[in-house]
Amino acid sequence: MSLFVIGYYTLILAASCLAAYFNKRSAFLLLFSLTLVSFVLGIIGGVGALKFVVVVAGLIALSAMVSYAFREFLITLSPTGVAKELRTAPLTAAFGMFVIFTYAIAGIFAPLIAPHGEAAVISGAFAPADENMLLGADQLGRDMFSRLVFGARNSVGLALTATLMAFFLGATAGLLAAVKGGWFDQAMGRFADVIMSIPSLIFALLMLSIFGPTIPVIIVAVAIIYAPRVFRLTRAVAGNVVVMDYIEAAKLRGEGTGYLIRREVLPNSMAPLIAEFGLEFCFVFLLVAGLSFLGLGIQPPTADWGSMVRENATLISFGDITPLIPAAAIALLTVGVNFVVDWMLHRSSGLKE
Amino acid sequence: MGDIAKLIGKRLGLGLVILLIISIIIFFMVELLPGDVAQAVLGQGATPENLAAMRKQMGLDQPAVVRYFGWLAGALTLDFGNSIVTGKAVMSIIGERFMNTLFLASYAAVIAVPISIILGVIVALLRNSIFDRVANVVTLTSISSPEFFLAYILILYFSIKWGMFPSNAKISDGMSFADLLWRTFLPALTLVLVVVAHMMRMTRASIIALLASPYIEMARLKGTPPWKVIVKHALPNAWAPIINVVALNLAYLITGVVLVEVVFVYPGIGQALVDAVSKRDFPVVQASCLIFAATYILLNLAADVGAILTNPRLRHPK
Repeated sequence: MSLFVIGYYTLILAASCLAAYFNKRSAFLLLFSLTLVSFVLGIIGGVGALKFVVVVAGLIALSAMVSYAFREFLITLSPTGVAKELRTAPLTAAFGMFVIFTYAIAGIFAPLIAPHGEAAVISGAFAPADENMLLGADQLGRDMFSRLVFGARNSVGLALTATLMAFFLGATAGLLAAVKGGWFDQAMGRFADVIMSIPSLIFALLMLSIFGPTIPVIIVAVAIIYAPRVFRLTRAVAGNVVVMDYIEAAKLRGEGTGYLIRREVLPNSMAPLIAEFGLEFCFVFLLVAGLSFLGLGIQPPTADWGSMVRENATLISFGDITPLIPAAAIALLTVGVNFVVDWMLHRSSGLKE
Repeated sequence: MGDIAKLIGKRLGLGLVILLIISIIIFFMVELLPGDVAQAVLGQGATPENLAAMRKQMGLDQPAVVRYFGWLAGALTLDFGNSIVTGKAVMSIIGERFMNTLFLASYAAVIAVPISIILGVIVALLRNSIFDRVANVVTLTSISSPEFFLAYILILYFSIKWGMFPSNAKISDGMSFADLLWRTFLPALTLVLVVVAHMMRMTRASIIALLASPYIEMARLKGTPPWKVIVKHALPNAWAPIINVVALNLAYLITGVVLVEVVFVYPGIGQALVDAVSKRDFPVVQASCLIFAATYILLNLAADVGAILTNPRLRHPK
């Protein structure tokens, strides 16, 4: 029984008792289950496991606090209407927004944040971390941290461009199909069926093997693969709007297809489309990360998270977790976006229960 | 029963048509190559004589449509021609590897399916409790992580820190079954983690949708005990969505396997595909893509057929 163990148990037990005394039911449940978990794991794994539990619980508490503060910050800054919506956001959604915000900052100001150049070789291969390099060097002696920051710009930028393009193609086709109907609708529907029946990664690999792994090819390939999914959803959502009376009225007024789409259908199908954009972005981001992990994404020396994992994977067999950081960065952003999307879907679908 | 057979036959026919279209896409996409395959193999510095000889040898002097039907006829008898890089028959490269991939995918499926259905039903019954929230966050995290992230984390702990399982899933012919299971445990576990998360969420969603239907509420209101509501009223109608979920996720497994095979150096068809893509070995790429697509379509078909069999309403389309 070290001082740490005694201190830790005293602290959480005291906190649980305080929560129970002041009738904070959920806080008490949370704290006391933490106590039980640490008790069980502490007996099984000793002080090491206990420290692990403390670190994990601390991290979760820290991110909860950051999310809470960030949500309050956003509520204070935004106008009344938006603030009211934001108040309904759960902490997970606030956490997601915070993550997206951080990545955006890192991506936009990458050259200012990164201490070294993207491709600058500054030390020996796999040099350990020192005061000059926060995370050590990669397999060619480039600063890992700088490449991570630049990766935010390259990887996320590529995925975002590809998603935007897929969305533009899919949404335009979906809206046109819904408004026009007839043979165009049928043809697009069958075309989407065919594309969607090829596994996405396989289709991407096929296209990359033929046209070579360059950035324009990746963007176009991903756009072709994901546009049919966007098309399906847009078609379904817009299909429900098109049968409304006000669309009939607009048609009788003699408005053209362009007006119908821009002024009548689009504004009324925006909410699910925005949520879908987040979801699509996650899929695209994971696909692009997978491709670059396979060596078929952004080509070196440009920093890219997927290929960074691959290039430094040998370090893992020495028990070093640095190669996992870019992978964790990918996971964190996808989780963040998913949290926000979850909240938006929940809100727009009225699944309150 | 005649009705069902007809309906299933119709679905199978549709699947065949889609597969045919996909084979056209796969074949003619290579035709879009700047120059042609012979040029791509020999490079820019090739002499015209060499190019002509290569074209003749590969049959490129014939029109594309003729070659397509030749290729398709070969594919039906599992003869995909020879690899450009090694010159060996494509089937000798990917045939056995495809079996390995099927083994890995079914290994993962056998573990994942029961776990995820049971957990999905439990989470659906306990919806909006703290358990449900935690499960939601955990499954979302698992879905959002790239497969290679999960794979490397498992390698780091299970194989390097604790030394329980090998990080390299190399398998050979003479291995005993237990040894095989032990060597391929980590890749299978990676797939299980991803697929369980997907399946749990989908099962939960379909059960919740079911529990919201009026006849369940009726059963509750007339005082049926909760377990009876689930077993007698909800479950018979839940099979259709659950079968759907399982088949869709098996289809997902087939592609998820590519990245996992590369991480664990598992000799499956996914790794062969990735190798062929980087070497631009088109016959191998085409053959593996066709096999992947065919499996994918087959599993999606299975989902459709399963839904028809378990839901009588689908047998009488309006």
